Amino acid sequence: MFVAWRDLRFARGRFLLIGAVVALITLLVGFLAGLTGGLASQNVSAVLGLPGDRLVLQDPASGSPSFGTSEIDAKAVQDWRDAPGVSSVLPVGIAQGRAQLGGTGSGSESVGSASPAGSAGSAGASGSAGSSATSSGSPVGVALFGFPAQSGSGERTDLTRLAPAKDDEVGLSAGAAKDLGASVGDRISVAGSVYRVSKVGGEAWYSHTPVVAMTPASWQTASERMGGSGGDAVTVLAVSGSPDWDAVASSTKTVAQPTLTSLGALETFKSEIGSLGLMIAMLFGISALVVGAFFTVWTMQRAGDIAVLKALGATTGSLVRDALGQALVVLVLGIGVGLALVVGLGTLAGGALPFLLSPLTTALPAVIMAALGLAGAAFALRSVTSADPLTALGSHR
Amino acid sequence: MIQLDNITLTFPDGDSRITAVDRVSLTARSGSVVGITGPSGSGKSSLLAVAATLIRPGSGRVLIGDGAEAIDAAALSAKEATALRRERIGIVFQQSNLIPSLTAREQLFAMAELGGTRAARSARRTAIRARTDELLDAVGLSDHAGKRPSQLSGGQRQRVAIARGLVHDPDVLLIDEPTSALDQERGAEIMALIARLAHERGTATLLVTHDLVHSAALDELVTVVDGRIEARESISARALAA
Repeated sequence: MFVAWRDLRFARGRFLLIGAVVALITLLVGFLAGLTGGLASQNVSAVLGLPGDRLVLQDPASGSPSFGTSEIDAKAVQDWRDAPGVSSVLPVGIAQGRAQLGGTGSGSESVGSASPAGSAGSAGASGSAGSSATSSGSPVGVALFGFPAQSGSGERTDLTRLAPAKDDEVGLSAGAAKDLGASVGDRISVAGSVYRVSKVGGEAWYSHTPVVAMTPASWQTASERMGGSGGDAVTVLAVSGSPDWDAVASSTKTVAQPTLTSLGALETFKSEIGSLGLMIAMLFGISALVVGAFFTVWTMQRAGDIAVLKALGATTGSLVRDALGQALVVLVLGIGVGLALVVGLGTLAGGALPFLLSPLTTALPAVIMAALGLAGAAFALRSVTSADPLTALGSHR
Repeated sequence: MIQLDNITLTFPDGDSRITAVDRVSLTARSGSVVGITGPSGSGKSSLLAVAATLIRPGSGRVLIGDGAEAIDAAALSAKEATALRRERIGIVFQQSNLIPSLTAREQLFAMAELGGTRAARSARRTAIRARTDELLDAVGLSDHAGKRPSQLSGGQRQRVAIARGLVHDPDVLLIDEPTSALDQERGAEIMALIARLAHERGTATLLVTHDLVHSAALDELVTVVDGRIEARESISARALAA
């Protein structure tokens, strides 16, 4: 690195320029990654919070399994419970609707239902769980999760801890409590029924709406009013154990997938992550290209010096180490500055945007940037390895 | 000492081959300066490249060192030849070919950083750093040690290149047209400097030149024409005859 360090100092303008470009690309990648992470969290954190080894969705006659259309009837639920190797089954109903602090919630569609919002549940009829109340807050979009409170030694997550004990109660995720302006003891209305807030828990989001947890009975009532098919069907099963997954799934016309895989059954998640992920991938590619192009031109400009050093006895290995070391210095400094900007600006933006600051959205993209940048710089090494020391003799430079 | 023994070098030329160097033998003893001259295309630079291990000859030997310790550089692998250049051969190019980002002192320090094992680099670093100031003083550039090539004149750059060629205390110094970019006065200074340093340090020096004005600084002048040695002249004999 003797010559490399001095080259960095000597041509600092050029290296500052490429360092600034790397920093800006890192800022872009970091911001997109943070935004993607934030949006993903708002999309699927409740699904990720479901317990169990696999999530079971209805296997439709045509098309792919979908959280929006999945309906698993009581028989299928029982078949899963009875399957050898299954240790626990948590049936979960999911629907999206609106809730309102203190008032009668206007209806909305169940997940995937074609019913227009407000067409099904606005009758104002008192539900079995609660009574009508006077409106006092603005309607807020929420995801209604219906599942029984976990008892015994069952696996507990932030989501399952929200489950209320009684049918006239709901548990609010932090986002729902904030959006509704509700706290424990307050009353909210959902699909024409009024519920008492029994718990406020951590963050849990589904398809960009905060989660409101209900008992299965309350959820079925609310879902039916919002246009759901009613009855005892649920949306998804969280299954633990080690059964013959394929055999049970086949016999119950369901599919059982690991939680992360099952996120593909959430259409909004797929399209959102797909487009943002493509942007990030393109930025990674651009970064490798820019760094590679810079170091290719830089190394070509130095071809004469490299030939001289080789003629004087420099090994190709030492020259390659110098070139890659130089690239690494530029990348580390550029990425470091970019990362600092991401953390700073991300912290500021976190209040207004769904922005996730975590090693997954900062350190990982930074490491990928550095690796791809080095790969780009490695393309320039051909000029180093192929430089002919003979050209130094009699050359006119 | 460097001894070129019956060197032949050919290059492909279409379907045939042209002979650039034809059975040339010459010797530069330790502390002597042997000049190689001849018209353009006569093969003198090819001969220097063979001596520098940058081209492997078709036949012949390049013996570096004295007596039984001499090694045949023409028989070395590319990796061994690189190590030989790093440790036992100094090269001064036609243009000074200094690294633009390095000061005069760093040009010499850089010779310690060219590769090899960590221990070898460390040992070279210590030796070279100890020798640098003395050499810069010897070439008259003590006051310019912190200057980069762009801040030095052509003659000063060539002096730095000579100091760089000698800083690792090589057995052999190979010099290609050292005065071609200099005026006559500076050329004479450089030639005198080369002769003095070669004699003082006991370095066997081969010098390619087409400029016979400064041949008085040489111990021997070999004239090459069409790849063959046409004449050998001992300068001291000429001086005695004069």
